[in-house]
Amino acid sequence: MRFAFTDDQLLFRDTVGELFAKECAPEAVRWSWNDVTGRNPELWAALAEMGVTGLTVPEAHGGMGMNEVDLLPILTEAGRYAFPGPIVETIAVAAPMLAESAPAAIAERWLPGIADGSVIATVALTGQPFVTDAHIADVLLAQRDDRIFAVPAENLRLTPQTSVDGARRLFVAEWDEADAELIASGDEGLRCADRAFNRGAAATAAVLIGLSEQMIATTVAYVSERKQFGVPIGSFQAVKHHLADAELKVSFSRPSVWNAAYSIAHNVPDVDRDVSMAKCFASDAAEVASRKALQCHGAIGYTTEHDLHFWLKRSWALAAAWGDAAWHRRRVAHLLLDQG
Amino acid sequence: MDLNFTATEESFRAEARAWLEANVPHNLPSGDTREGFDLHVLWEKKLYDARWSAVSWPTEFGGRGSSLWEWLIFEEEYYRAGGPQRVTQNGIFLLAPTIFEFGTDEQKATFLPRMAAADDLWCQGWSEPDAGSDLAGIKSRATRDDAAGGWILNGQKTWTTRGAFCNWVFGLFRTDPDAARHSGMTYMMVPLDAPGVTVRGVERLDGDEGFAEVFLDDVFVSDDLVLGGVNEGWGVAMATTSSERGLTLRSPGRYCAAADRLVDLWKRQSKIGTADPSLRDAVAQSWMEAEAYRLATLADVSGLVEGKSSGARSSLTKIFWSELDVNLNETAVRLLGPAGELIEGSPDAIDDGAWMKAFEFSLSGPIYAGTNEIQRNVVAERVLGLPRK
Repeated sequence: MRFAFTDDQLLFRDTVGELFAKECAPEAVRWSWNDVTGRNPELWAALAEMGVTGLTVPEAHGGMGMNEVDLLPILTEAGRYAFPGPIVETIAVAAPMLAESAPAAIAERWLPGIADGSVIATVALTGQPFVTDAHIADVLLAQRDDRIFAVPAENLRLTPQTSVDGARRLFVAEWDEADAELIASGDEGLRCADRAFNRGAAATAAVLIGLSEQMIATTVAYVSERKQFGVPIGSFQAVKHHLADAELKVSFSRPSVWNAAYSIAHNVPDVDRDVSMAKCFASDAAEVASRKALQCHGAIGYTTEHDLHFWLKRSWALAAAWGDAAWHRRRVAHLLLDQG
Repeated sequence: MDLNFTATEESFRAEARAWLEANVPHNLPSGDTREGFDLHVLWEKKLYDARWSAVSWPTEFGGRGSSLWEWLIFEEEYYRAGGPQRVTQNGIFLLAPTIFEFGTDEQKATFLPRMAAADDLWCQGWSEPDAGSDLAGIKSRATRDDAAGGWILNGQKTWTTRGAFCNWVFGLFRTDPDAARHSGMTYMMVPLDAPGVTVRGVERLDGDEGFAEVFLDDVFVSDDLVLGGVNEGWGVAMATTSSERGLTLRSPGRYCAAADRLVDLWKRQSKIGTADPSLRDAVAQSWMEAEAYRLATLADVSGLVEGKSSGARSSLTKIFWSELDVNLNETAVRLLGPAGELIEGSPDAIDDGAWMKAFEFSLSGPIYAGTNEIQRNVVAERVLGLPRK
C-alpha cells in the first residue's frame, strides 16, 4: 500500500510547473481571452518537447506509454495556471481512446502526431453538445449512439459559442458519417465511450483541484496583505473560516481524485463509482473555493482588471463539464442504492 | 501508487476478521452508563486476552507490534464486525501515545500493560468550568510538597467522559501561577480513588450519565505521576490532542461501517416504501464522505510511514470526521420519518433507536477535542499561514 506519487512523478510535475510559471503567467491567460485563436502553439510545442503530449501515447506510437496516475499531477498543474488548451481532451481522453479502441491504421495516423505535438484532438461524447478547441483541432473523436468516429477537422462545420470563460473556445460541430472513420461500434463502442467519459471526468477533476488550490493560495496572499481597521483582513476569524472551509473541501477531494485515476489505470471494478465521487467532490470544492475566494477579495475580485476572474470562470465551466456534482452524485447513488 | 495490501497484511486481516466474527458481542447497553460500562470492560479484557486491544503496541506492553497499516486494517474489521465502542479509548489511543513519547521507562512498564488489559480505565481532565476552548486558561493548581515528594492538587475538571466509572484521570495542572499562560502547566496522572477526589456524574444530552465533574481538594500526586517535564505540560498536552483530532481517536473504519449501515437502512426503507426519494443524494453524499475520509487516511498514513508528519493538518481531519458523522446520522434519522424520534426501548423503534442515539452522540463531535471553530482557526493560521493578529 502506498497512496502517494513517486519522486519521478513529482519531479515531472515540477518541471512542467516551471514551464507554466514562465509561459502561462496570468498575462498569458489574459492574452488568451483577447487573441483570435486564444492558443499559443509554442507553448503546446514546449509541452510536447517535455513529453507531456505523448505521456499517454503508447511507446509503439512514439509516446511515453504512461497512465492516468502519471498524468494526474500534470493536470493539476495545468489547473493551477489556468492553462488554456485542450490538455484534457487531447492527452487525457483522445490519445487513450485511439490507443485502446481504434484500428491500427487510424491509431497510427493520429497518435504519433499527438505525441510530437503536431496533432490536436478533441472529443464529443453523447451529452456533450459543445466541443472545446475544435478551431485548432486536427481531429474530432465523436460518439453517435454506439459508434465512435474519428472526424478529420476539414470535414467539420463549426458554429462558435461563447463561454463565460473567455479563454475557453466552444463550438457546435456538425459532420457527416461519410466523412468520418469508424473507430468502434456496438458494445466496443459503448465501452470506448464509457472509458473516455470516465477519463474526461477524472482528468477535469484533477484540473479543478489545481484551480481550487490556486484560488485559495492567491486569496491567502491577498487577505494577508489587505488591511482594514489597521490590521490584515486575514486576521479576522470570519475571513479565516471562509478559507478554512475551502481548504477542507479541497483537502478531502484530492485523495478521491487520485483514487479515480488509479481505478482507471488499473481497471478497478468500481471505477464508475470512484470517478463520479472524484468529480462530484472536485466540482463542489471548486465552487466553494471560488465563492470564498471572491468573497474574501471583496470588490476588487469583482472586476476583470484583477486576475481572479480567470480562475473563477474556469472553475465554473469545469465544475459543470463532464458531468456536474449533482449528476455524478446521482450516479453514485444509483450504483450504491439500486442493487442488492 | 499501489492500493493493495501485502499478503502478510491480508492474512492479518483474515485472522482479525475470523476472531471478531466469532467474539464480538452484540446489543451491549451504552458504555457510557454504569451497567454498560462494566460489560464493555469485560469485552475489553477479552480483546486483551487475544492480544487485540492495542495491536500497534510492542508485545512487551500487551500489543502485537503491528504496523500502522495493520492497525488501520484492524479498525476496519472491528467496525465492520459491529464491534462495540472502546471504553479504553482515552487510555489506549490518547494517553498511551503521550506515554510512549514522553514517559519514563518506569511509567511505560507501570501503566501501559494495565491499560491494555483494561485493569486501569482512564478519563481525560482538560476542561474546567472557566476553561473550555481556551484551554490555556485552566486554573486547577498543583502546589509543590518537597517533603512528600510530590504535588498537592486543588481545583475542578469538567465534561470528563466516563469520569464516574474510571479509576484514573490525566490532564493539565498549573504548577507555576506566575508563568505566562502557556507555560507553568504540568501534565499529571491522577488516581481517582485518592483521598480528596470527588466525582459527580452529569447526565448528557443523550440521557447517559457518561459526563462527570471531578473536584480535587488537597489531592496528593507523587512525582512519578508527572508525565514529561514540570512546567512543560502544554507541549505534552498538544501531542495528545493532536492524536485525538486525528487518526488514533477516529479511524475511518467506524465511518465506513456506519455508511454501509446507512446504505442498508436506505434499502430496507425502500423495500417497505418509506424512503424519501429526496434523501437519495444525502445517503450517497454520506457514503462518499466516509470513503473520502478513508482515502485521505491512506494518503496520510503513506506519508507517516515515510516519516512525514501531518502536523496541523490533523485539525482538518477532526473537522471532517466530526461533520461527516453529523451529516450521516442526521440523514439516517430523516430516513426513518416518524420513527426517527423513537429511542431505545420504544416498541416500534427501528434498530432499537440506535440512529437517534448515534445522531445525538455525533452532535458532540464538533464540540469535543477542540471545537470546530478553534480547529478552523488552527487550519487558517497553521496550515494556510494567515496572520494571528
